[in-house]
Amino acid sequence: MSKFTDRVRRILHADDWLDRDMTAEWEEAPADVPAPPAPEQKAEEQAERPDWWISVPFRGRRLRRLMVVLSVLLCAGIIAILVITAQYLPSFGHAENPANNEVSRRYIEQGMEETGAVNIVAGMILDYRAFDTLGESNVLFTAVCAVMLLLRVSEDKRRSAAHQLELETDDRMYEPKGDLILRYIARLLVPCILMLGMYIILNGHLSPGGGFSGGAVMGAGLILMLNAYGFRRMERFFTIRLFRAVTVCALSFYALSKAYSFFTGANHLHSIITPGTPGMIFSAGLIPYLNISVGLVVCCTIYSFYTLFRKGDL
Amino acid sequence: MNVLMILLLLLIISCAVCVAFTKNLFVAAVVFMTQSLLLSLVWILLESPDLGITEAAVGAGIDSLLLFVALKKIHAIHREHGSRSKEADL
Amino acid sequence: MTLFGIDFTNYVELAAMVLFGIGLVLLLVDKNLIKKNIAFAMTDSALYLFLAAKGYIFGRRAPIVENGVTSAEAYINPIPAGLVLTGIVVSVACSAVMLALTVRLYRRYHSLDIDEIIALSQKEREQDGTGGNV
Repeated sequence: MSKFTDRVRRILHADDWLDRDMTAEWEEAPADVPAPPAPEQKAEEQAERPDWWISVPFRGRRLRRLMVVLSVLLCAGIIAILVITAQYLPSFGHAENPANNEVSRRYIEQGMEETGAVNIVAGMILDYRAFDTLGESNVLFTAVCAVMLLLRVSEDKRRSAAHQLELETDDRMYEPKGDLILRYIARLLVPCILMLGMYIILNGHLSPGGGFSGGAVMGAGLILMLNAYGFRRMERFFTIRLFRAVTVCALSFYALSKAYSFFTGANHLHSIITPGTPGMIFSAGLIPYLNISVGLVVCCTIYSFYTLFRKGDL
Repeated sequence: MNVLMILLLLLIISCAVCVAFTKNLFVAAVVFMTQSLLLSLVWILLESPDLGITEAAVGAGIDSLLLFVALKKIHAIHREHGSRSKEADL
Repeated sequence: MTLFGIDFTNYVELAAMVLFGIGLVLLLVDKNLIKKNIAFAMTDSALYLFLAAKGYIFGRRAPIVENGVTSAEAYINPIPAGLVLTGIVVSVACSAVMLALTVRLYRRYHSLDIDEIIALSQKEREQDGTGGNV
């Protein structure tokens, strides 16, 4: 039994099985199983190892294949359990499912008069459940900060770095230098795309769309403009300062307009701005402004993802 | 609607299987983009136009764009997957 | 609709589960980092498909008020749509961070193979004698 547990213990230390010679351990061990090899023995074994994949013996590769088969079997087992469970789920599309309970009834029936939004989903995510959207905008902002930490290369380091680093980080040599077709098409399309994005954002409470999709469309328009006109022209107006100012102001506006209820308890939850008549563009209380702030955050985020990957800087 | 939905779901699953079995990373990214587009159509059939617009803009647009840019950054556009890069690649 | 002993009335949920399974297998089995990223995003999409299928009701329209009709019998359930909307954007943020990590790993080890990267970092850690990387 101790032999078995020792073998299991050695298999489970999966991070070093590639480097160790496994043949000695798979042979018949004596009755008193030896402890894992002493440190100096391990060190001198590994000092002479030439390259990682040469040192993996045949049995190590079989172990790798065994693990592949085991993981496929495990996933097949998971799928089988899920498929069997799917037959016990409530039927797809029937109105008396337990998921269609009094919460959705309340949101549909009184959504328009309480929030003023014609689009019930937008009214729900920006009024009834506004904290979820705040958290999600924060997730986007955090993702951009993380990508900046990983990929940003400062200007002077880029200029004075070794040739290899420059080739890898500065992608300017790959940008299309004055491609004629792209410029003409971008001159026609980019204003239309930006206007479509703004329309989707502003009409988020009246028709399908909202902050996320509108922000994504605007970000895509900015990316097209970057590809057509080059980095220098975009750097004239979209710098790191603009990015910082826009995202911080938008997120702060969202947080302040909804987070006062942390301090007032459950009171004063009705907003000061009245819902207005449904169907007008400046109705629905705070929802158009929240849509605009979410849209700005998403647009700046998507554009900065692209430039951080291409150029290493914003 | 039923037939169209079943057809779209079968196509989505076959796109997923294609991504699993291809060795070329560029092909995997393009097929993933196609899968996002078909999924956007499925959202419309499920009567959620918000999700349709968002998936089309974000999934088929931005997610796949980031994949292409990352592939370009690591010089993997034409290379088979998993191989170690040679010095001349840089 | 019963084929091979499986009941197909919840076909959308079944397709979501199969897609989830394919994504999970690819995530575990394939060694390439980019394929792992794609599989992660595919798994997320499968989950959203499952969630949104829970909100659909036959014969009803999208949850946008038309002609002032606000009875709950005219629209589908709007709650799963709200959940999935958040999820799609979070999925793309995760994907972006993972791709940035992949680019950094490639710059350091010049390989996309996860086994190779682990082995090389292990070797570096032992040669340095310290905790390892930059």
